[in-house]
Amino acid sequence: MRYIMLIHHDEAALAAAPQKDLWAEFGAFNEALSKAAGAATGERLQPSSAATTVRQQDGKTDVLDGPYADTKEQFAGYYFVEAADLDEAISWAKRCPSSKYGSIEIRPVVAAQGDRK
Amino acid sequence: MKHENEAGRAAERVARESYGRLVAFLAARTRDVAGAEDALGEAFAAALRMWPNDGVPDNPDAWLLTVARRRQTDSIRRRQTRTSGEGHLTLMADEIAAASEEGAIIPDRRLALMFACAHPAIERGLRAPLILQTILGLTAEDISAAFLIPPATMGQRLVRAKTRIKDAGIPFRLPEKEELGERVQAVLDAIYAAYAKGWNEIGEAGVPDIADEAIWLARLVVSLMPAEPEPKGMLALMYYAEARRAARRSPQGAYVPLEEQDTSLWDDSQIHLAESLLSGANAGGPTGRYQLEAAIQSAHVARRLGGAPTWPAIVQLYDHLYALTRSPVVILNRAVALAELEGPAAALDAIAPLTADKRMQSYQPYWAARGHLLAQTGRAADAHEAFTVAIGLTTDDAVKTYLMHKRDALDGARPS
Repeated sequence: MRYIMLIHHDEAALAAAPQKDLWAEFGAFNEALSKAAGAATGERLQPSSAATTVRQQDGKTDVLDGPYADTKEQFAGYYFVEAADLDEAISWAKRCPSSKYGSIEIRPVVAAQGDRK
Repeated sequence: MKHENEAGRAAERVARESYGRLVAFLAARTRDVAGAEDALGEAFAAALRMWPNDGVPDNPDAWLLTVARRRQTDSIRRRQTRTSGEGHLTLMADEIAAASEEGAIIPDRRLALMFACAHPAIERGLRAPLILQTILGLTAEDISAAFLIPPATMGQRLVRAKTRIKDAGIPFRLPEKEELGERVQAVLDAIYAAYAKGWNEIGEAGVPDIADEAIWLARLVVSLMPAEPEPKGMLALMYYAEARRAARRSPQGAYVPLEEQDTSLWDDSQIHLAESLLSGANAGGPTGRYQLEAAIQSAHVARRLGGAPTWPAIVQLYDHLYALTRSPVVILNRAVALAELEGPAAALDAIAPLTADKRMQSYQPYWAARGHLLAQTGRAADAHEAFTVAIGLTTDDAVKTYLMHKRDALDGARPS
């Protein structure tokens, strides 16, 4: 099954962490994931201070300066993982350093039409 | 549901055994629990109806599969006249056909199904109902009574949970070794929760006894994981409780605490079963929560039956249990045992930290124990207050009456 790991960071906690070690840890995780999955399949986003939220209602467009919701943990990036089942996907999430600085939501990706399993 | 005679009950057991094995087998292959239940549902209902009267067929699995296969083929034929056939129906029909061809040897995947039902991604409160339904074929209605949830709501939650097993990709297999301990615990906790629900119910005719079903499941887990100590510990704990079932109420229906129970009413054969399971658990692997709790029950039995001074051992066992669980309930139970050794004042000191624990404020045994300890130290007014809160929190009428007597005795002793 194909899963996406949606990463939410506590940006303050992440900023307070020793940066060199942190990025080395992410580097190792990316390496391990690409070894297992065949390719690096994720993106990191700029912090939520760079976010803009757009919404259309009754023909009017609202453009808001900031993220969708002003919460402690902000969406920060994602990875795709190919896993046999939920347990394998959970193992990847546990290995990802992000799980220590926020939370990772795991969701199965809807399979393309005619593609069973 | 309940059969008068032994033979009827035995036939029902065989039907549930076979049904659970087949659901697990089909679900593990297709990841579709609801589909497997649908495919076998009518055949299972027919078995529950017919076997207790007509006797159990030589090969129960094959009987169920044959009936299920016929129904499945019919319903595909019916649907195909309208639409172009439904993929999941065809898939399940193919699986049933394949299973029929495997002959008498259907691999037992019930353990894998239990691990799926008790997966961390399944809401804790639903794990026991899911296991009772998928492994034993109990209806949402049967289960809802014990869990105090309306049948319709229970049904909806079970459907959602099965959809989740399929969509989230919850696996049907034994967990990896490093996770096994934790995951076994989740399966056991679900089964024990079902047991505890059943144990509190004082048998209403016509309602399946969930405690019985939980014991059945525990025996199944013990037989499927013979090397694991905790399933044995849990089954031992259940048998210790079962052994005392007849003694916990007087002939008039009044509540009888452990220390006052008539031990001639205890069931020796169940105590014997519990003891041998416990020593089996002690022989292998690390010591877990259920094993310690069973050991505590064993010590109670040794004291009541043989007069052995086991209170020091019980306090020590609670120390180990606390190190493992960090549970306020363990602090409370340990204090009650400590009172037997060092007196009520020491026990009250031991539960002093619990005053600040929110969970204890609505926990009936906390207030009841507090009442007993305060009464023993002569603090009648405080004891009166504690008993009153305990009575207010009690749902069991026999226990309520018992506590009221204790509170009235207090008033009698109080200087006026």
